[in-house]
Amino acid sequence: MRQMAYFEAKLEALREIISADESVHFISDIGTGFLGLSEHRVRFGEIARDFPDRVIAPPISELAFCGLAIGAAMSGLRPVVDLITASFAFEAWPQIINEAANARYMSGGQTQAPVVFHLLHGLRGAGAAQHSQSPQAMLWNCPGLEIVLPASPRDVKGLLKTAVASNNPTVFIDHVLLFECMGDVSENDAAIPFGQAEIKRKGADVTVVATSYMVQRSLAVAEQLAKEGIDVEVVDPRTIVPLDFATIMASVEKTGRVVVVDECHMSCGVAAEIVARIAESGFDKLKAPMRRVATLDVPVPYSPPLEDFISPTEARIAQAIRATMN
Amino acid sequence: MLLIRHFEEALVALHEQGHFSGHYHVYIGQEATGVPALADLAPDDALFATHRNHGHLLARGADPGRLFAEILGRRDGYNKGKGGTFHIAAAGLGFYHTTGIVGGNIPLATGAAYAAKTRGTGALSVCLFGDGAMEEGAAPEAFNIASLWKLPVLFLCENNGKYGANKAVGAAQSSTMAAYPLTELPGLYKIPAVQIDGTDVGAVFNAVSEATGRIRRGEGPQFIEAQSVRWPGSEGNWPVLPVATNVNLAWDASPVPESKRDWYRSSDPVLIFIRELVAAGVATREQIAEVEKSVKAEISQAVQFALASPFPEPAEALRDVFA
Repeated sequence: MRQMAYFEAKLEALREIISADESVHFISDIGTGFLGLSEHRVRFGEIARDFPDRVIAPPISELAFCGLAIGAAMSGLRPVVDLITASFAFEAWPQIINEAANARYMSGGQTQAPVVFHLLHGLRGAGAAQHSQSPQAMLWNCPGLEIVLPASPRDVKGLLKTAVASNNPTVFIDHVLLFECMGDVSENDAAIPFGQAEIKRKGADVTVVATSYMVQRSLAVAEQLAKEGIDVEVVDPRTIVPLDFATIMASVEKTGRVVVVDECHMSCGVAAEIVARIAESGFDKLKAPMRRVATLDVPVPYSPPLEDFISPTEARIAQAIRATMN
Repeated sequence: MLLIRHFEEALVALHEQGHFSGHYHVYIGQEATGVPALADLAPDDALFATHRNHGHLLARGADPGRLFAEILGRRDGYNKGKGGTFHIAAAGLGFYHTTGIVGGNIPLATGAAYAAKTRGTGALSVCLFGDGAMEEGAAPEAFNIASLWKLPVLFLCENNGKYGANKAVGAAQSSTMAAYPLTELPGLYKIPAVQIDGTDVGAVFNAVSEATGRIRRGEGPQFIEAQSVRWPGSEGNWPVLPVATNVNLAWDASPVPESKRDWYRSSDPVLIFIRELVAAGVATREQIAEVEKSVKAEISQAVQFALASPFPEPAEALRDVFA
């Protein structure tokens, strides 16, 4: 087993994907491809150089190049579009929501649009209101899109492969703060199927369901709380569409205590939906009220102490877990 | 063209009889654009239509019975009743996805052209849209990319607002579009663009053939604005027939109410073409009347097929979301 940085695993996946399938095209800025403003972004240039016919940099026209990718997907390609910052997806909302999400259903199953939209979501530090969005809950409200939220080097590689192989439009939502995270990635790791949650840490007292970067943050909190004698189980759904609710419920039945951690805004966020489903299916299994830890319901502020105040921080996660124990 | 006309007129009747309730748009008045424009395409060319798609589907050979069934929400509709009038798709005819969002198909058709070019299929993509779509940001964004990447796409803008009383203001053709003529907008992105009479079958056929020839030779996207005069039956929110069309109107428009007669006398592309055929000696009045009779019989059968088709089982609503 190799220890790899998250960004290395992601680059390895991108290279393997475009090498393996002629129908894969990356529609992406060459200078930032799939790695945003991280210091590693230039590494995408190596892939762009090796596949000049299938890596194409579009104008700053999210609406048109997302629509182009959808139309190309309907016509036999498997385009992977890098929208860079998740907020930029709003520029392409008409194409992602009205066209891609509806295409198969509206046509009565005649048409498929195997396109991947890649976004970097969340609070990255000083992103302010327009570069810190987490649109996964909004997207979850649009049936027809698969939604992927990786949280480890192994997952980013395995899930990216499944996303590109999928015949459905898929939104691959990554987080720039995961890029330095280290983890095991074997040489021959297969694609990871959608709809399979992973227990990232086994525990007996409290179930923490977390997505994306919040998985890593919750794992850190779990280690701190272990010293206080609280044994936390961390469940990572990895994909919210499809959602592996059975694994979540099995953990809830074991612990009877639930905290859901997610970077969407609190109202109608991913945490809200997961808490609602648990309440409907297993209210009688709960020993304490469930807690949500999410971004407070204000636009994201710029100044560091303000941003910290509204974030799902380690302190707020720890506080929520302790509250379920009382 | 007669098939489209009688299809749409039968559809208005079906709506008035309460067989479907949603909003809908008909292709009456634009038959001389869609029919010749689609006549010369190859089987694997892709087409992206709009909310006003019935004429395009029929021009490409779609089954009128299955079209009616779709619009009536029946099981035998092209989309199993899940799309309805705005979204009729027929993948086998190259209509992969029909959008009801004005301008939404312009990037999609550009994408199908990108796929055709990079896969080297030799196919092209045809984007059919109205003048209103030019007001959406998707239009110039897609024109820019199509031109930059020299993609094999024909942008066919059906401007059915020529002389439109509601839109014309001063020197501009439209109160909602500052760029006029419309060909100037694609022109800015270096896309060759022509304005033609969309009610002239020969002009449309020639312009489209010339444009698709250039596209297939690798010269990149082309733009055609085909103008027609808006059918007076679409003045209100819902289509209303001023008269039931029959070929004799080509020579005697007196059955049409006076306020709507001008359009039938001078702007109806079906009647214009009938007069042309007779004047050129290609067909006699009697022969054309025979064609109309068989078209009407075909439409009548198609309506019966659709009315006999059952509604989908409710559980069908949960299928086809994902592959």
